[in-house]
Amino acid sequence: MLALDQRERLEDLVEGCLELAIDPSFPAVGEWLATHPSGKVLGHFQVYFPEELAEAAGLLPLKIMGAGGLEAKQADSHIGSFVCSICRTSLELGLGGRLSFLAGFITHPICDAARNMAGIWGRNFPDQLSQILYLPQNATSSGAAAYLAAEYRRVALELSRRSGVTVTDDRLRERIACGNENRRSIRELYRIKRERPWLLPATEAYGLIRAGSAMPREAHNRLLARALTLLADRQGRPQDRVRVVFEGGFCEQPPLDMIHLIEEACYIVDDDLLIGQRFLTEDVPTDGDPFLALAESYLERSTYSCVQHDDRKPKETMLLQRIRQSGAQAAILAAAKMCEPGMDEQVAYQKALQAEGIPFLLLEFEERMTGFERMRMEVETFVESILFD
Amino acid sequence: MQQLAPATPIESEIIGRSRRDGNRLFKDWYEALGRADQAEEPAAYVFVMGSVAEILRAFDFHLVFPEINSLQTAIRKTALTYLNAAEDYGYSTDVCGYVKADVGVHLKDRQHPNGRIPRPRLVIATTMCNTYVKWVEIWERLYGCKVFVFDIPGRRGIGWTAELGSDQFEADRRYVQTQLEELIAICEQITGRPFDHERLVTVLEQVNRMAADWKAVLELNQNVPAPFNAMGDAITYMGVLSAYRGTEEGARYMAELRQEIELKVRSGLGSGIEERFRVYGVGPACYPAFRRYLELFSAWGAVYVNSEYLGYAGGGLDRGIQYDLSRPLESLAEQLLLTGQRRMSNMFFSQDELADGARDWHADAIVYHSVKSCRTVSTGMADSREYVVRTRGVPALLIESDLVDPRLWSEAQIKNRVDAFFEALGSRKAAAAKGVS
Ligand code: SF4
Ligand code: SF4
Repeated sequence: MLALDQRERLEDLVEGCLELAIDPSFPAVGEWLATHPSGKVLGHFQVYFPEELAEAAGLLPLKIMGAGGLEAKQADSHIGSFVCSICRTSLELGLGGRLSFLAGFITHPICDAARNMAGIWGRNFPDQLSQILYLPQNATSSGAAAYLAAEYRRVALELSRRSGVTVTDDRLRERIACGNENRRSIRELYRIKRERPWLLPATEAYGLIRAGSAMPREAHNRLLARALTLLADRQGRPQDRVRVVFEGGFCEQPPLDMIHLIEEACYIVDDDLLIGQRFLTEDVPTDGDPFLALAESYLERSTYSCVQHDDRKPKETMLLQRIRQSGAQAAILAAAKMCEPGMDEQVAYQKALQAEGIPFLLLEFEERMTGFERMRMEVETFVESILFD
Repeated sequence: MQQLAPATPIESEIIGRSRRDGNRLFKDWYEALGRADQAEEPAAYVFVMGSVAEILRAFDFHLVFPEINSLQTAIRKTALTYLNAAEDYGYSTDVCGYVKADVGVHLKDRQHPNGRIPRPRLVIATTMCNTYVKWVEIWERLYGCKVFVFDIPGRRGIGWTAELGSDQFEADRRYVQTQLEELIAICEQITGRPFDHERLVTVLEQVNRMAADWKAVLELNQNVPAPFNAMGDAITYMGVLSAYRGTEEGARYMAELRQEIELKVRSGLGSGIEERFRVYGVGPACYPAFRRYLELFSAWGAVYVNSEYLGYAGGGLDRGIQYDLSRPLESLAEQLLLTGQRRMSNMFFSQDELADGARDWHADAIVYHSVKSCRTVSTGMADSREYVVRTRGVPALLIESDLVDPRLWSEAQIKNRVDAFFEALGSRKAAAAKGVS
């Protein structure tokens, strides 16, 4: 797969990943289609989607998460200006013909804008399957796991109808095992980032993980394995930098330049960037009913995000835990412009950190933003205020 | 306009009754909330889309509808004070204004222009709107009250249906019914009272009656001229539908409303606007400028004959509900799903239903009012509008403002759009009439 896993230097590997990440022509998908001429691709919107379902139905899952570099020329006349950018640029990718290979588009009840995307997509691409996968929002109900397993079966059936490949329990278990390997590698990257952030800057970890959103799982596993091998040999010395947690990247993605400018001033030791790709925090069991195993993992062995309500995981408590477990001194509380859940949560986080006396910086971003001077100053001032406090 | 015989004394007593009684019921309801606050009686905060009033009534909870509270701050021209309080607290100008107006009320010690609101003992967010879930988390933090997210899985996509009794429907129903049982256990714990099944049956029966009459009322508006304005007059009906759902007063009110509307139809009485255009609405009105909003349309003789908004904001009773009283809980779970999927989560996929509605209510056009606060109803409006015009050939207008924030109302701009639209629609109607003659 674009020979990324054969690169000799970690820097080159990461550079290749970052190029892939921002290329709206999805080169890795193109490469897969070239070798699978009758293959079909399933687009799934942020935040979490059990990609194993699509893979078991013979489809290549592709995470649709906007395109920061794209102007939403056509999409702007279909979606209100009060809606976040990721929805508009995701639609733009479709309207502009860049996703003509999609067999379907699945979105989730993460927010009101995202649910609307199923209708907008369905009206504009009537030949594609366009649906909402209703992830349960009453996570503590005793009926949630059985319901979710049934919902996964429903989606698997819909996908099988499109691909002609039946999702058997064995196929699904095989895909779960592959997904487990992927999540293990990602967890390892995050462990390194938390423990020795000087060895793995956040932009690099981000690039490595994001590359997996648009390529077959096996290829991503090879790529991550290569990265971990190269990382083991990497030398570096810690610097006297402020350690921060970045919160607010669960859905719309901040521009790379923004992550970069933050880590020029501090170590981002943990974050919620692309949290969907590591939402499950432990291996999914590969015995028993695989649909139920995936469902129970989502409910019982998962992290948190501000688009999931779970009485057992109050978001502020979870953020404080993330800060403490990563040894961070401060937090950057970001929210994508026009993102209702992100903006709501930002207030709650802010109050909780105030109460705990943990310094924080509030930032608003848009995937398409280009000028960063003001933000750079804000971050520098914030870091200085901590260093010289 | 047709010349009518003078109204008889009985007629003059009936016509206008729904407005008078509706206002009185509303006032009574807020007064009862004020008393509940003083007496510290249990209050549940719920939402108009999926209030689960049926269960809560059986435990004698006072029902607080924060959306109605926010709407009332706008109607009473006080919204900005509350919005400012919430923004000063930290909420962005881009957060849903209903949430912020309510946060403002709580920051001001629950002093609402209509009276003091009791503190929540229980809050229930259905998942018909995702922002509900974020909203209840705010009260959870402010009061430490019990939060129950009542998850009602919605429609999955265009053309997707789950027939009653199908495997798909059953999977969803089991989940909903389990949650109902869990909610009942929470209510028992809070009130210290066992669940009264008999009481639930009575409440369901009252909802059945209310829903049957409401459905008839809406259908009566298919008459020409329409007997009521589905955007202006109906705001009172909507309030009663939510606040008095599952009560004897509510059922009686709806029966009397039906009687009044039937009388108006028999007498050929319209909505009070000389009807030149009939429009089908999508989205709410602009409540901080409610009178002006309505005038922009009435100035053209445009009457709202029905709206999608009435369907979901009226709690999904628009096509009637028939609870099976012999199996109350199961039937409640079924209907929550059916109304939720048909009405409340259908707005993302409703384009063809809107065009059908416009046809059945003999509307000349569909008017979409996109409100910045509400991404639930507004995100896909421009796209839906484009669809109904292109695919179904229905003329459609899209205007933008807000439902609570007066800063987003720019009258001159909206007026220009409305005027240009009806001018063109008038020419089109005239040309069509000529073509026919
Ligand atoms: S960025 Fe926020 S508002 Fe936009 S789709 Fe994601 S969660 Fe929804
Ligand atoms: S987004 Fe819309 S439906 Fe949801 S709380 Fe706000 S106004 Fe109500």
